[in-house]
Amino acid sequence: MSLLRGINPNLRNIRNSELAPLGMRAWQIKDELRQGARKPYKELIDVSSADPHRAGVKPLSFVRQVLAVCYYPQLAKSDKLPADVRQRAQRLLGTCAGGSAGSYCPAGGIPEIIDIVCEFISRRDDGVPSYPENIFITSGAQRAFVEILNILVNTLRSPITGVLTPCPSYPPGNMAVVMLGGAVVPYYLDEEQGWELKIDELHRALESAKGVCDPTVLYVINPGNPTGHVQSRKSIEEVIRFASEKRLFLMVDEVYQDSVFEQESRFVSYKKVLAEMGPPLSHTVEMASFHSVSKGFIGECGLRGGYVELVNVDPSVMRNLYTLMSRDASTTTGQLALDLMINPPQPGDPSYPLYNEETQYIRATWVQNVKRVLEVLNSLPGISCQPVKGGGYALPRLHLPPGAIQKAKEVGMLPDYFYCSRLLEETELCVGAGSENGQRESTYHIRLCITTSVDTMEEVLRRLTSFHIQFMKDFS
Amino acid sequence: HIIWICDLKTCRPNNADLVLPSRAPRKHVLPFIEGMNGVPHRGKVLTVDNMNPNVKRVEYAVRGPIVQRAVQIEKELKEGVKKPFTEVIKANIGDAHAMGQKPITFLRQVLALCSYPELLNDNKFPEDAKNRAQRILQACGGHSIGAYSASQGIECIRQDVSRYIEKRDGGIPSNPDNIFLSAGASDAITTMLKLQVSGEGRNRTGVMIPIPQYPLYSAALADLGGIQINYYLDEDRCWALDVTELRRAVTAARQHCNPRVLCIINPGNPTGQVQSRQCIEDVIRFAKEEHLFLMADEVYQDNVYAEGCKFHSFKKVLFEMGPEYSSTVEMASFHSTSKCYMGECGFRGGYMEVINLDPEVKAQLIKLVSVRLCPPVTGQALLDLVVNPPQPDEPSYTTFIKERTAVLAALAEKARLTEEVFNTVPGIRCNPVQGAMYTFPCITLPQKAISQAKEKGLAPDMFYCMKLLEEMGICLVPGSGFGQREGTHHFRMTILPPTEKLKIMLDKIREFHQKFTQEFS
Repeated sequence: MSLLRGINPNLRNIRNSELAPLGMRAWQIKDELRQGARKPYKELIDVSSADPHRAGVKPLSFVRQVLAVCYYPQLAKSDKLPADVRQRAQRLLGTCAGGSAGSYCPAGGIPEIIDIVCEFISRRDDGVPSYPENIFITSGAQRAFVEILNILVNTLRSPITGVLTPCPSYPPGNMAVVMLGGAVVPYYLDEEQGWELKIDELHRALESAKGVCDPTVLYVINPGNPTGHVQSRKSIEEVIRFASEKRLFLMVDEVYQDSVFEQESRFVSYKKVLAEMGPPLSHTVEMASFHSVSKGFIGECGLRGGYVELVNVDPSVMRNLYTLMSRDASTTTGQLALDLMINPPQPGDPSYPLYNEETQYIRATWVQNVKRVLEVLNSLPGISCQPVKGGGYALPRLHLPPGAIQKAKEVGMLPDYFYCSRLLEETELCVGAGSENGQRESTYHIRLCITTSVDTMEEVLRRLTSFHIQFMKDFS
Repeated sequence: HIIWICDLKTCRPNNADLVLPSRAPRKHVLPFIEGMNGVPHRGKVLTVDNMNPNVKRVEYAVRGPIVQRAVQIEKELKEGVKKPFTEVIKANIGDAHAMGQKPITFLRQVLALCSYPELLNDNKFPEDAKNRAQRILQACGGHSIGAYSASQGIECIRQDVSRYIEKRDGGIPSNPDNIFLSAGASDAITTMLKLQVSGEGRNRTGVMIPIPQYPLYSAALADLGGIQINYYLDEDRCWALDVTELRRAVTAARQHCNPRVLCIINPGNPTGQVQSRQCIEDVIRFAKEEHLFLMADEVYQDNVYAEGCKFHSFKKVLFEMGPEYSSTVEMASFHSTSKCYMGECGFRGGYMEVINLDPEVKAQLIKLVSVRLCPPVTGQALLDLVVNPPQPDEPSYTTFIKERTAVLAALAEKARLTEEVFNTVPGIRCNPVQGAMYTFPCITLPQKAISQAKEKGLAPDMFYCMKLLEEMGICLVPGSGFGQREGTHHFRMTILPPTEKLKIMLDKIREFHQKFTQEFS
């Protein structure tokens, strides 16, 4: 009856994550609470997604002050806002056509901000240069990711393009591969070793693709999402060598590069490592690396800002990519937020003391939250958690009693969904189910965002602990 | 070198212009490899031969080669290179603020308040602005515009959009569940096309688009591998849409593809025509007869200038045609914050309303939009203000109305002026600019110019526009970027520059056209 019966078949293959019953039920409960329903707890807590502001973290004052002035330049006339805020807004508006944050951005991004991005990358990578023509600023890293995949996935060839993806992974990344008609080829991260990426496993995954698809892309997330693993330099070198050997295009999601909690696990970028490996690898391995304003201290997921840096990509392909990117403008706000993220107040600037205080506070809450999560969960029977070195989540493992697994089967739910569903109903705490991210067969996990306020995390752990102890009792 | 890619499916030559460099020369190599420009083509994992072949067919004239050259010239001017002009007037893209149009005060006040809520304590902001900001922030996660929203958009904003549509359409109900907020209308249009393009060979989805069209449609279809079905607007009747032409196009297309979608742009881009109510009814009837999904791009709905012209929303007309149509015809209509009186292109605010969508299909659509996470929250907030503007009893009302009226009146005057001036130039024929923000005059080019263009591998109107750019510093987009009848030539110019600059620009184009005609006679 409907005209749209024959829709794009790839869409049916995308697994629902947001539409998952858990998410919808959480919205429902929130509504019920708002309407005065009586429940064990007065407030719904949702830590299933790494959305710092939603989880109670305050936006950075400097960022929001500059944006406010950019939107309403009248504010620059008063002295109420610090001088560096006004100056930065002025400079940024000067890069916008007509001096307005409402005009279109040039294709590829505002040139002055692209230059700042290059300086940032170079500084971060101890001087390895970055070139403006290799950078595209987009509405969030996800947009760039999809567009690059769009170029890579060739649905007119047989077999179809394969993308080696980590397991566990970031669901929208996998969804994008499927949406574009590519095949997801999972490589399992090693949970016992803190979710390390093992080269043997990459080899196995590649083998598994024989006859099924044509693997062309290797997708890596570092720091890991949702695993919290931070790759060592040695590991990165191994992956680069593997990509080169097996002729794979590297897509590296580095959006959590500012969210590293331990001094020992320092983030080092794939680009830096590649450069330092020298020729021939440094000028042959083809790579796209992504960054975003959604994470880190700034945490501005809703503003949609990010960029991709291409390395060693064929010039003709770059021209096509440029046309693709020019069709649909990215938000000016996202570009401005990007500048503010990578070019923050410096010591001596009027806004620096507050900026420093706010970011240190956020960092302290991350460290505290991770400490508490590991402490509390590792002391409970039936649940264990690998060290969280970075990223936005903890991904504890549930060691479910057979009774619970059986019950889950009876009600037609995956065991970790069953656990999360009961948790939600009984404690109004919404955590993510590991099934959404992928996991080894017969292992079960939950996913909780650690970029919350300290108080929220304590409440999360309280509710989770009391629920978990009861749950384990009920099903032993 | 000429690359003529004839799209065999639509028999329309696409001019892939490789004469001009797309960007400044680049190095792709890390620095300590001196002088190397990357390895030879055959060594690469990703090449133009093995990449997604659809990507090669994507063009987007509005930001294409001529604009890149304009940017280059601007750079040269900055560096002090001497030219016959001191600035480049960029009349290529529908970017009002870039051309000096001022933002609406109320909108920007609320956005500032949303951005830095401490300002709610500042008594310089009016109460109605503060109320709007507080309401929006309540609906955001953690009361911050920095939190992700639901991928379909913030619920209370979708509700506000529904109410706006109901009010606009004389009470015809609108369901918030049928509203999808998006990053500009372009995002929603691309999503709907992505949803619908499927099938193999003769069964491949065909999408009817107007010629001339806004090249987002052709670019999206090229990218998706959808089949483009052209239907020609009638230049002699002020770019009217004729159902007999629609019928001709769809019948011919059935030979080689499966026509499933009909795209209408009303008011038109680049043509500016405002469809009559009768025409809209005819189109709806046609869509029903031919089993086509209607996509109504209505982003210019507030930009109507000509006497006797009125915007009629497709949805309103559909419902007024009675249940035989209103309960069966499947449709999506699109709106945006980029045009009208707001001109806030950079905020990427927009929505689509879907009508009579099969619930299963809607479920797939919901999945599809979640892949891009969520539309920019600042754009959603802005849209909320557009559909929920100051009311007569509110403090910001007077200023708001004054500003809005001024913007629309200026556009109307510029539309009139443009038509008037162009029609005084022999060899330029300009239809009335009934709406939108552009003029798309027909230019007569001497045969000699056409031949020379062909020799250079350029479409004749590209050749014309490039010369105009180099000699006068005016950047327009050649008609070939939008599509036109074989053998005709046009350019698209925006009417956005401030009136004084517009007058200068029109005079310069007149001068140039006369010179050009003489030079190539």
